[in-house]
Amino acid sequence: MSNSHADVPHFSLTDYRTGFFASVVLTAIPFWLVMSGVLANNTLTALVIAGFAVVQVFVHMIYFLHMNTKSEGGWNFLALVFTVIVVGIVLSGSLWVMHHLNQNMMPMPHNMNELP
Amino acid sequence: MPNPDQTWTPLLGRLSLDAIPLHEPILVATFAVVALGGVALLAALTYFRVWGYLWKEWFTSVDHKKIGVMYMVLGLVMFLRGFADALMMRMQQAVAFNGNDGFLPAHHYDQVFTAHGVIMIFFVAMPFVTGLMNFVVPLQIGARDVSFPFLNNFSFWMTASGAVLVMASLFVGEFAQTGWLAYPPLSSLAYSPGVGVDYYIWALQIAGVGTTLSGINLIATIIKLRAPGMTMMRMPVFTWTALCTNVLIVASFPVLTAVLALLSLGRYVGTNFFTNDFGGSPMMYVNLIWIWGHPEVYILILPLFGVYSEITSTFSSKRLFGYTSMVYATVVITVLSYVVWLHHFFTMGSGASVNSFFGITTMVISIPTGAKMFNWLFTMYRGRIRFELPMMWTVAFMLTFVIGGMTGVMLAVPPADFVLHNSLFLIAHFHNVIIGGVVFGVFAAINYWWPKAFGFKLEPFWGKVSFWCWVPGFWLAFAPLYVMGLMGVTRRMRVFDDPSLQPYFIVAACGAGLIACGIGAMLVQFGVSIMRREQLRDETGDPWGGRTLEWATSSPPPEYNFAFTPQVHDLDAWEDMKRNAVARPVEGFRAIHMPKSTGAGVILAGIATVFGFAMIWHIWWLAIAGFVTLLLTALAHTFNYHRSYHIPAEAVARTEAERTRQLALVEGV
Amino acid sequence: MRNANLTAHYYDLDEHDHPEGGSTLLGFWLYLMSDCLIFAMLFAAYGVLGGNYAAGPGPRDLFELPLVALNTAMLLFSSMTYGFAMIEMQRGRVGGVQGWLVATALFGAAFLSIELYEFSHLIADGATPQRSAFLSSFFTLVGTHGLHVTFGLVWLGTLLVQLAQHGLTEANKRRLLCLSMFWHFLDVIWIGVFTFVYLMGILR
Repeated sequence: MSNSHADVPHFSLTDYRTGFFASVVLTAIPFWLVMSGVLANNTLTALVIAGFAVVQVFVHMIYFLHMNTKSEGGWNFLALVFTVIVVGIVLSGSLWVMHHLNQNMMPMPHNMNELP
Repeated sequence: MPNPDQTWTPLLGRLSLDAIPLHEPILVATFAVVALGGVALLAALTYFRVWGYLWKEWFTSVDHKKIGVMYMVLGLVMFLRGFADALMMRMQQAVAFNGNDGFLPAHHYDQVFTAHGVIMIFFVAMPFVTGLMNFVVPLQIGARDVSFPFLNNFSFWMTASGAVLVMASLFVGEFAQTGWLAYPPLSSLAYSPGVGVDYYIWALQIAGVGTTLSGINLIATIIKLRAPGMTMMRMPVFTWTALCTNVLIVASFPVLTAVLALLSLGRYVGTNFFTNDFGGSPMMYVNLIWIWGHPEVYILILPLFGVYSEITSTFSSKRLFGYTSMVYATVVITVLSYVVWLHHFFTMGSGASVNSFFGITTMVISIPTGAKMFNWLFTMYRGRIRFELPMMWTVAFMLTFVIGGMTGVMLAVPPADFVLHNSLFLIAHFHNVIIGGVVFGVFAAINYWWPKAFGFKLEPFWGKVSFWCWVPGFWLAFAPLYVMGLMGVTRRMRVFDDPSLQPYFIVAACGAGLIACGIGAMLVQFGVSIMRREQLRDETGDPWGGRTLEWATSSPPPEYNFAFTPQVHDLDAWEDMKRNAVARPVEGFRAIHMPKSTGAGVILAGIATVFGFAMIWHIWWLAIAGFVTLLLTALAHTFNYHRSYHIPAEAVARTEAERTRQLALVEGV
Repeated sequence: MRNANLTAHYYDLDEHDHPEGGSTLLGFWLYLMSDCLIFAMLFAAYGVLGGNYAAGPGPRDLFELPLVALNTAMLLFSSMTYGFAMIEMQRGRVGGVQGWLVATALFGAAFLSIELYEFSHLIADGATPQRSAFLSSFFTLVGTHGLHVTFGLVWLGTLLVQLAQHGLTEANKRRLLCLSMFWHFLDVIWIGVFTFVYLMGILR
């Protein structure tokens, strides 16, 4: 099934405006959270700004990159999903594996009595 | 900065006359042979005035069929080099007992086993697989070429460039002595200060660019250029496996690019990714490189699974059994290949929980492969089987690969792997699956598609000689390694203390010798077939009773493949057309839009080779000049907006009329 | 007659030329996915090794968040101006496209200048890529992003020339669309960089 028409997205000022303002907010808040230290808990802050990052990535994908499930017969979206899955496996897998390796392969004291 | 012990001059970097290994008799002899042979070849080419022909018709061609053939030629040439390395290892290991040190000193032996692995994987198997997919896929989907024909040509020449660098390391400098994956810290500057690892890095980075671009090219081709009516589930199985392979390429080669870049940053800039100190972690390299490495082996095997599917159904005169499950099995293998990589380093110490997870996933991934095997067997069941050479190689694959796969499942059990890791058992396992799967498949594919590519069949007698040398030869060469591996013998050993091992190594060397005869017989087969091509001519374009669209064209196909794009209504589109006695269109031809040939690919890859060489030898002025020239040349190429032309309708009509005439002769009409 | 109908049923006898470049946008998107994977590897390296300061300076000693915020703004503005260029392209106005491309280039150049300034200060203070695995992975990840931006600027400059030469041809529009994807993609990667490297670095 050959697709003769290139899927050119439609560019609109509203899209870019929405995307821009959303991005500004989604950037400003994490910077403020970290610079002011308003949330006393560092782990919580980390989780929150990670969440904001994910949301902002979506914003860029939708409003700037015009990502949708229809372009190129859905293949663009499929390629993105596959990449995200592979990236997820590789990142989480590497962190998991390296954490275990580091823990097990840490230089050991000579005297076994020193072990916890 | 490089090792201060080495000399460095601004003009030539680390390069000096010392780089030429005049003190190594084996290399001197090799160089003499290569130089003589090379000069003879160049002289012959000049005498017969074929340079113009070669440049115009082959080197600058953006035709996927020509590029596919060039990939196969590259793979074949490098196969001979890689096999020579194998013979040297077998000979060394057969004699190095009872105080005999053998004929290969350690630093040479280490380069031999490294080069053997690098060449066989990157410059033999990859080009063969890429060549097959390049040649066959556009024809199978009813297209005229790939999506990006210029990029295709460029990709080939980048691969060739990598091969040139590896071959250059034989005569100028040295190659890596680290094994084919170049683990740090051994591959870091501190322990490999010479040029060897740099040759390795740049050959692979340059070739890697070509491979990644080729992957993008073929995915786009399969998605966008299928003939009308060819839905995804009406694609030939080989095209499905090609799609999944290229997805794996695009989703894994960037990992290799990144990891090698990190390794080279350590060597050139002094970063600390993989060092033992300053916070580096050599284990991280092993982790990352195998995230690439495991999908890589599926990249090698999946296209051949597709080949076996095509051959089994054609030579059983039967539709492939379980098409849908074949497709699903292929896709499942593609996805699962990302969750098994740790089985390559069970022994590095990640612990029971991690090892169990990856052990289980590794065992699971054998299931879809098993499903494929059953589908092939069920296709053969009650078929009218013709044991032509492609089918012979396929049956040999079934028997050989299954055993190799089973030893793989043994290795997947972490406690067993603790005994067998890096032993000769491992060597035997992966050669079992690569030779039984990839190499036998390539031979099957060559015999199968050769008539399509060149217009005449390969002569069967010498092909059968090759077959009967290869199959017993393989088993003779590797069965002893299985036994020794179980006894605890380690890989990459140059000399042995235990004389009781020698008989095994002698048997293995005999096996290698038999394989050498098989390779020789295959070369004879090619030569004899070329000489007797008129008797072996394929007049119809469909010498085997094929089922897919490539067999609808003449042998060889015209430049444009199809005068009119086919419309597809069923799986096995060509078989469908034959069954319905569809007549070929013989009139109403139109002008056909085709891409122009260009020298830009050759030139860009040539500059890349110079750049790589300069980086290897630390010739900084040349590296900068090379990089800038590369960039400017690439930019200049983008200013060329006139990259296509039309084949006039009269030319198409003439070609098609000739085919009509040829077909009429055959049918005796 | 039946045969002629069959032929017409199985061959596209009324075939028209495929428009050139029909695969380009998909192909470029696939390339971006592969580039995404390279960055993922660099993020993985940073994730594993980013805590290894080797008794040297860590993020809190080195990162100046106001500068990073300024940099982020530059890149975001450049994404906006590129978007405006695309709207001009849609309206068929070459001059408008060129103008907004120049604006994009200026913001991009500002981004790079600030980043080079930051890098040179770090190096001058002894926080070199060779100092520790943390710094190696920091410089490599952020530097690779910067190299991509640099290449994007070179491409942008080339396109400006080509627009001047040929105007808004189909080929040039395809190239503008590809650069658009590339440019926004770099902004997406930057979200990851400022969040996981700079902000999280301060939080560690």
